[in-house]
Amino acid sequence: MNNIDLASVDWARAQFALTAIYHWLFVPLTLGLAVIMGIMETIYYRTGKEFWKEASVFWQRLFGINFAMGVATGIILEFEFGTNWSNYSWFVGDIFGAPLAVEGIVAFFMESTFVAVMFFGWQKVSRGFHLTATWLSGLGATFSAWWILVANSWMQYPVGCQFNPDTMRNEMTSFADVALSPFAIDKFCHTVTSSWIVGAVFVVAVSCYFLLKKKHEELAKKSIHIAAMVGLAASLLALYTGDESAYKVAQVQPMKLAAMEALYNGSESQGLTVIAAVNPFAQPDYANEEEAPLKLEVPCMLSVLATRTVDGYVPGINDLINGYTDEKTGRTELPLSEKIERGQKAIAALQAYRKDPQANAGLADEIAANMPYFGYGFVRSAEEIVPYVPICFYAFRVMVGLGSLFLLFFAVLLFLTLRKDIAGMKWLHWAGIAMLPLAYVCSESGWIVAEMGRQPWTIQDMLPTWASVSNIASAEVMTTFFIFLALFTGLLVVEVSIMCKQIKNY
Amino acid sequence: MLQQYWWFVVSLLGSLLVFLLFVQGANSMLFTIGKTEEQRSKLIHATGSKWELTFTTLVTFGGAFFASFPLFYSTSFGGAYWLWMVVLFSFVVQPVSYEFEHKLGNLLGQKTFHTLLAVSGVVGPLLLGGAVATFFTGSNFVVGKDNLLGIEGAGVISSWANGSHGLDALLDVWNLVLGLAVLFLARVLGALYVMNNVEDDDVRTNARRTLLYNVPAFLAFFLSFVVYVLFKDGYAVNPADGAVFMEPMKYLNNLLDMWYVLVLFLVGVVFVLMGVYVGLLRKDSVCGIWPAGIGTVLTVLALLLTVGYNNTAFYPSNADLQSSLTIQNASSSEFTLTAMAYVSILVPFVLAYIVYAWRALGKTK
Ligand code: HDD
Ligand code: HEM
Ligand code: HEM
Repeated sequence: MNNIDLASVDWARAQFALTAIYHWLFVPLTLGLAVIMGIMETIYYRTGKEFWKEASVFWQRLFGINFAMGVATGIILEFEFGTNWSNYSWFVGDIFGAPLAVEGIVAFFMESTFVAVMFFGWQKVSRGFHLTATWLSGLGATFSAWWILVANSWMQYPVGCQFNPDTMRNEMTSFADVALSPFAIDKFCHTVTSSWIVGAVFVVAVSCYFLLKKKHEELAKKSIHIAAMVGLAASLLALYTGDESAYKVAQVQPMKLAAMEALYNGSESQGLTVIAAVNPFAQPDYANEEEAPLKLEVPCMLSVLATRTVDGYVPGINDLINGYTDEKTGRTELPLSEKIERGQKAIAALQAYRKDPQANAGLADEIAANMPYFGYGFVRSAEEIVPYVPICFYAFRVMVGLGSLFLLFFAVLLFLTLRKDIAGMKWLHWAGIAMLPLAYVCSESGWIVAEMGRQPWTIQDMLPTWASVSNIASAEVMTTFFIFLALFTGLLVVEVSIMCKQIKNY
Repeated sequence: MLQQYWWFVVSLLGSLLVFLLFVQGANSMLFTIGKTEEQRSKLIHATGSKWELTFTTLVTFGGAFFASFPLFYSTSFGGAYWLWMVVLFSFVVQPVSYEFEHKLGNLLGQKTFHTLLAVSGVVGPLLLGGAVATFFTGSNFVVGKDNLLGIEGAGVISSWANGSHGLDALLDVWNLVLGLAVLFLARVLGALYVMNNVEDDDVRTNARRTLLYNVPAFLAFFLSFVVYVLFKDGYAVNPADGAVFMEPMKYLNNLLDMWYVLVLFLVGVVFVLMGVYVGLLRKDSVCGIWPAGIGTVLTVLALLLTVGYNNTAFYPSNADLQSSLTIQNASSSEFTLTAMAYVSILVPFVLAYIVYAWRALGKTK
């Protein structure tokens, strides 16, 4: 009864990915621009120079246009957990709902109240109050990022919970474990600092356009100066936090790491792949291939990144399917067949228990013992638990590659702004504009790595996508998918057009 | 106890949301109150500074409902899919319309965005009201927590029992009646808000004029719904074993059993009427929004408490009575409710800074 329509799983995933990707077009700019606006307004507050006020107002206007889109796309995501992932909402709602609620109560109200002061308050409130409001808007957005990333991290690394067979769901046992999960901290730091990069690149790109047009040169140069400093700092921080994230992934989601690296068979002193000829359009034949062809690697580097030792063992896809024991650390991974068996045991014991809880009270231990593998009870073959390697592999390289490029770019930019007059350097202006799409690509790639790499799990090891969805016909989800596609694309086109007009006519 | 507390919090957020729908209500009359370009722009400016609050309240209402009664989240949103999707679409177009309508380069033209605002102003309250009505009239879903353990693989825990996924709610005439009542209430509140907020005599006169038909329409729909609800059979729960059964005049009994809710309800209605009276007949006053707003919050709160407290199933199922959701069987674990209760202590602080910020914005006009 109520068996799940697999096509509806795919459409629900596509819809979530679509709406999340659209949402993420606006979020990083909100987070990043907030910092730069805050800095500019602080300078205005300290110096009282009208110039800085005008600069702040200019960037705030662009912020507002972007902000509206962030809000409009965000509401869909929140409700989509209910509409499209109904099983999920019950099975883990006890834990997952909490951060979403806190986000609303604590962060969104702060953000929306002070954003209003920021936009409508220039003539009405004191300078100090206005400055506070500007920073609090940014802080509110950052808080909201914290809570949503707590929720997301919990899906990648479920902690602080226990399964309750009587209610058929996971229940929270420690709020602190969920809210302060180390995975969440890394994810938060990386996401926020990387978003500052996007904000900085945006400011640089718009300013470079002004320089090309020989308009507002002072605004442009000073903005570039601030953005270059923010961008350089953010790039270094993103590099550092990204590395920490990768380390965490190695610990708790080794399959994601193997997919990111296209690592089929692991070893000690594993090298880090710089690039390899992974076919972008097909899942590689990892079971039979030794390694991806034409591999260029840095010796031992992956071991260093993943285990913090030169000769640490890094498992590949096949090792994770077949199971392994790392003698040095004592870490053991069961073979998939055994995980499936234990998952099925959990399901069978639970079925019996649910029929007659009193008579089968003795099964509680068996359920608890096998519950960590519950999700594997729904798995039928090894292919199902391997994420799509080409996307993870290339998206990761795009992110890291572009991240390094931004680091270099901001360093050069800062150097030039300090030493020379950049108003005449046409090549630099073009370069600055060219960075803008790359920043978005980079940021979206990060999410693609994080989300595609955890397939097929919505909750790691606990619930695969095909056990998470709602009972809605695929045709209906498909319909809403296309409505969202049309709606969001339409709005995006309008937004970009307005942005351009605002900048052109300033 | 905690479940009662959380039902209260969620109800309070819900009733605040209904009050804040004045933004939608005013938008739905954008072309009626705003006869000229200039009047429309004043109107949009007036509601444009408040929509964030409505929006955020909806989001928080959703989040709090998810955290405290997750089974409702998975049942209603995943089940009445189309109903909620349409509500969401109406909320998506709203912020962008505000932000985009007057800007150069908006491609679609100001008129389009104004129309979008007006349409979403109708759709949002109508469907939200209809959704609330299903708390009294019931919906068509089944819940089976064991479905996940299906023999052939996972099945879905809660499902809609028919293919319309929520649109069937609009076939029930009483859902429509409450939907329309909420819509006209939002319009009444919208008009009162505009009278209070826009300093322009023509706009004020136009707004007051709309009350002439919005008020009777609201009262007619609202009172007929109330009468219907008081005398209809309700979905009662046996506290001993959680079984759901039909009880004649359940909601009337609830009000009589819980005198404080009854008081809340009556005080609320009186306040709403006062607000309407001020708005309609006291030509020198523009403060009708205050009593009407407070009254709305109290009335809706009372209605929602009636449907959740006193052993009542708040989200009843007509397809399978025993699938009905109660605040006991749909709630989060005690642990989560407790943790969240601590978080909810922050709410007064949040309200305080909202009030403070708005006062600061309003002061030196
Ligand atoms: C790292 C940051 C981040 C991430 C991963 C997400 N969001 Fe977001 N969200 C924000 C950061 C943010 C923000 C910066 O705070 C926004 C963007 C623009 C804005 O107004 O606030 C926002 C807006 C926003 C809104 C509108 C809030 C309002 O009324 O102001 C909602 C309901 C959500 N988001 C919900 C979600 C959900 C359910 C997500 C998970 C899938 C999600 N967001 C991912
Ligand atoms: C905002 C940036 C985000 C982006 C760009 C993003 C990207 C994606 C992508 C590409 C997928 C599809 C994977 C696939 O099905 O193949 C996906 C699925 C999903 N993501 Fe995200 N994600 C984001 C944030 C989040 C956050 C913050 C959460 C949780 C709070 C989340 C929860 C989910 C869920 C539930 C699914 C569907 C289940 C699944 O397919 O795994 N996502 N996301
Ligand atoms: C330069 C070195 C970088 C490294 C080593 C790195 C590493 C990583 C890793 C391992 C993840 C996946 C984490 C997970 O799955 O939980 C990730 C995610 C992500 N990255 Fe990066 N990254 C780098 C630079 C950047 C840059 C420059 C940006 C954007 C401008 C960026 C944006 C993101 C985003 C948005 C995510 C998704 C959120 C998250 O999972 O934390 N990264 N990064």
